[in-house]
Amino acid sequence: MAHHMISLLVNGQKEKLLVPSNLTLLHVLRDMLGLTGTKNGCEAGECGACTVLLDGEPVNSCMVLAPELDGREVITVEGLAKDGQLTPLQEAFAELSAVQCGYCTPGMLMSATALLRRKPHPTQQDVQEALVGNLCRCTGYQRIIDAVMVASRTGGAE
Amino acid sequence: MKISESGLIGQSVARTDIIDKVTGCAVFVDDIQFGPNLLHSRLVRSPHPHALIKKIDTSKALALDGVRAVVTGQELSARMGLYLIDRPIFAADRVRYYGEPVAGVVATTEEIAVQAARLVEIEYQPLPAIYDPVEAVQPEAPLLHPDLGEYSVANFIFPEPGTNISEHFKIRKGDIESAWEQCAVVAEDRFRLPSIEHVPLETHTSIALSETNGEVTLWASSQSPFAMRDMIAQGLGIPHNKLRVIAPMVGGGFGGKAGVTMEACAVVMAQAVPGHPVKLRLTREEEFVGTSVRQSLVSDIKVGCDKDGNLLAMELTYYFGGGAYNDYGVNIARAAGYSCTGPYDVPNVKADSLCVYTNYPVGSAMRGFGMPEIHWGLEQIMDQLAEKVDLDPAEFRRLNCVRTDDEIVSGMKMTPINLEACIDKVTEAIDWGKEEKPTAPNKKRGKGIAIMWKAPAMPPNPGSAAVVRFNEDATVNVEIGGQELGQGSFTVAAQIAADVLGVPYRKVTVSSPIDTKYSPYEWQTVASRLTWSMGNAVKAAAEDARKQILETVADHWDEDVDDLTIKDGLVISFKSEREQPLDKMVIYGLPNEDFEGWKGGPVVGRGHFMPTYVTNLDPETGQGTRAVVHYTVGAQAVDLEVDLDTGQIDVLKIASVYDVGRAINPDLIMTQIEGGAVHGMSSAYESLKFNENGEPINPSFVDYRIATIADIPGKIIGDFVETPIEDGPWGARGVGEHVMVQTAPAIANALYNAVGIRFSDLPLSADKIYLALDEKLAQER
Repeated sequence: MAHHMISLLVNGQKEKLLVPSNLTLLHVLRDMLGLTGTKNGCEAGECGACTVLLDGEPVNSCMVLAPELDGREVITVEGLAKDGQLTPLQEAFAELSAVQCGYCTPGMLMSATALLRRKPHPTQQDVQEALVGNLCRCTGYQRIIDAVMVASRTGGAE
Repeated sequence: MKISESGLIGQSVARTDIIDKVTGCAVFVDDIQFGPNLLHSRLVRSPHPHALIKKIDTSKALALDGVRAVVTGQELSARMGLYLIDRPIFAADRVRYYGEPVAGVVATTEEIAVQAARLVEIEYQPLPAIYDPVEAVQPEAPLLHPDLGEYSVANFIFPEPGTNISEHFKIRKGDIESAWEQCAVVAEDRFRLPSIEHVPLETHTSIALSETNGEVTLWASSQSPFAMRDMIAQGLGIPHNKLRVIAPMVGGGFGGKAGVTMEACAVVMAQAVPGHPVKLRLTREEEFVGTSVRQSLVSDIKVGCDKDGNLLAMELTYYFGGGAYNDYGVNIARAAGYSCTGPYDVPNVKADSLCVYTNYPVGSAMRGFGMPEIHWGLEQIMDQLAEKVDLDPAEFRRLNCVRTDDEIVSGMKMTPINLEACIDKVTEAIDWGKEEKPTAPNKKRGKGIAIMWKAPAMPPNPGSAAVVRFNEDATVNVEIGGQELGQGSFTVAAQIAADVLGVPYRKVTVSSPIDTKYSPYEWQTVASRLTWSMGNAVKAAAEDARKQILETVADHWDEDVDDLTIKDGLVISFKSEREQPLDKMVIYGLPNEDFEGWKGGPVVGRGHFMPTYVTNLDPETGQGTRAVVHYTVGAQAVDLEVDLDTGQIDVLKIASVYDVGRAINPDLIMTQIEGGAVHGMSSAYESLKFNENGEPINPSFVDYRIATIADIPGKIIGDFVETPIEDGPWGARGVGEHVMVQTAPAIANALYNAVGIRFSDLPLSADKIYLALDEKLAQER
């Protein structure tokens, strides 16, 4: 297997890594950088549990190959709160108890963060469209929608 | 009933785990780092639904660079099981479903393990397979377990050796033959429900480590670390104190992570490479193909009432498709048997509830444990009967539903409930009886109702234990063996302890992960039993600790214990108005006068709970004094419309109301009601599909659709009523599973109301509805 040297920004930190060609971003984060907040749900791009921001866009990290990451910027769920201060979106998820088992939550937060950055005042339908690729088996989704709507009023993604 | 000490009971305090879960800090089993010593593994699964294993050749796999071990069932004859010991860890001489583990490969990387798994050569002799539980009970059906008579079995399970019947539960109540003669109206039908998957977002994952001294540690995503330890320890002959199960946060369970699924395979593989942790992580495809499923059910139901609509007689046969191994599933058929009538008062009942072996994946516990299965038919046949006797479905249910102190189907006296109040609330919430216009001309609108009951289905005596431990600063650690699956059990445990101890909720931490080496015993986190059973244990432990504190302070002040209380972390005397902060004294005690010695010491409270009052049932009649600890009941009503051009159902409203006994944390109840309504709705459209070789053909999120955020009902109106029970903390009982039990039949009843077609088979797929509409239209022309 060929290896590649890549440089990237992960949650604001510069990382220089030697990665095999077939390694995915999901495994770069979880296995090489120990950022286990990003969850592995299907490794087929179908459940959204591994969603992160790549140059600001939400992507399924299981579908991105590591050599593509050279010179790019990744934000994971660990990169949302700054100095222990939750983002308004995280606050809203906590306040509304939009979480049960919590396995889908990091992916939900990243997709919703991307939405709020793109569209600070979304409609309920915008939220449903933006999060349709993020599966949840516990909550029934309504509180997740409500949390994004609350965050859009209390300060958005940041 | 003693009232809450600090007013915390009944308050919607925030979840204990919420900050960890919104920051990515919550640790699930796959998140634990094991370093370079970690080995990876892959299971070799059967490509046949039923076959004899003639020969296994592992030499090519072993020759691959990086392969450390290959294990098979050939050198391991162990079987496991919860109620019936019928399941091998790796198939030994015979496979009984497509996907059954036959061998396991351990290698330095996952890629090598995958490659090596393909190099294990297995010679099979295919046998005829059987899939339909009704066909599988026929005398000519191929026999899956010729040795059924030799398996160990719990004393309340009744297998029929020489057949595929692993459990036969009977109800013979009243005089069914003469009752039919008194019936003015009878309805009869057959209903079918397919197997579905639990679909937790986190797939089954385990890491096992066998030390060179033989001690084994297993990290697992598990609803039941103690039952898992018990089953694996017994199966592999490991002393319980040498097998340690550590279970961190669970990424969704729904019953699929109860008992043992693939975790014993990880242990056996680890034993082949002592000193190395071995990770076994199921792929999403394996999660669909190789884990337990909700059992399928064929139910034959005949029910009759008098001219006024009073139920008189019911005859039922339940054929549960239990899959290849029924070690857990036998108790589903039993639970369905003793609750076979649903929440109705029926004086004459004949019922046979069978768990049947088939060559499909292992049927097991899933949210509701037999109840969604039987209510699918029950709640539709009641509508059919109501229509025949010309009664409104809600009115018919009010007339016949079970009430407190009724003698129910098993002969037991019904524990306190108020089902009528639930019916009233859901009908009100959706304007029952008011005809509403569809939102478009190509749509039809309808309303439906369904009610339910469910008792915790367990052995008669499952126990819970808890320890409450103070720290120097008067913060508290609550130690339990119950698991946090997202339902909020840790929150409830902390809330109960804080209330009893008189300390602020924020000062209480639930010790996690659950670790069988340190955590007190808990049977399993299943059956919606934790708020009730674990709650009782935590309450007892906190009361024990409270007593120790008050006795020490009372002695110190020379006052009576009854004059003291604890509030906000201060011991207060009503009499002398003295105050004693808890910090320091809960560890160091208090000095005698002039420091002439000390009293007290580290405060550790212990408590346990085990129901001691469940009795045996007669094996021929199913009658007994107390079949179960108690029942939870509830009602759901649905308002929906159907697109006549596509057959697509759009649920506009689900009203969902349950009698929870006492709401410890109302908001957590609402989260269950909301999540359950969507899970229940999703389950009405789900089905694991198989080809003629017994192979699941939709093992992915694309082909097996679960509800997405775009599919949710327009509105979920949740509520609860509170009729306290005697044996729960402050009267509380469970509600986690109940909230999806009757959603599918409520939808089916609303669908009938909308279009006049009764669908007796799940799933309610759009194509099936469209074709039925088309046929109806053709007939009407």
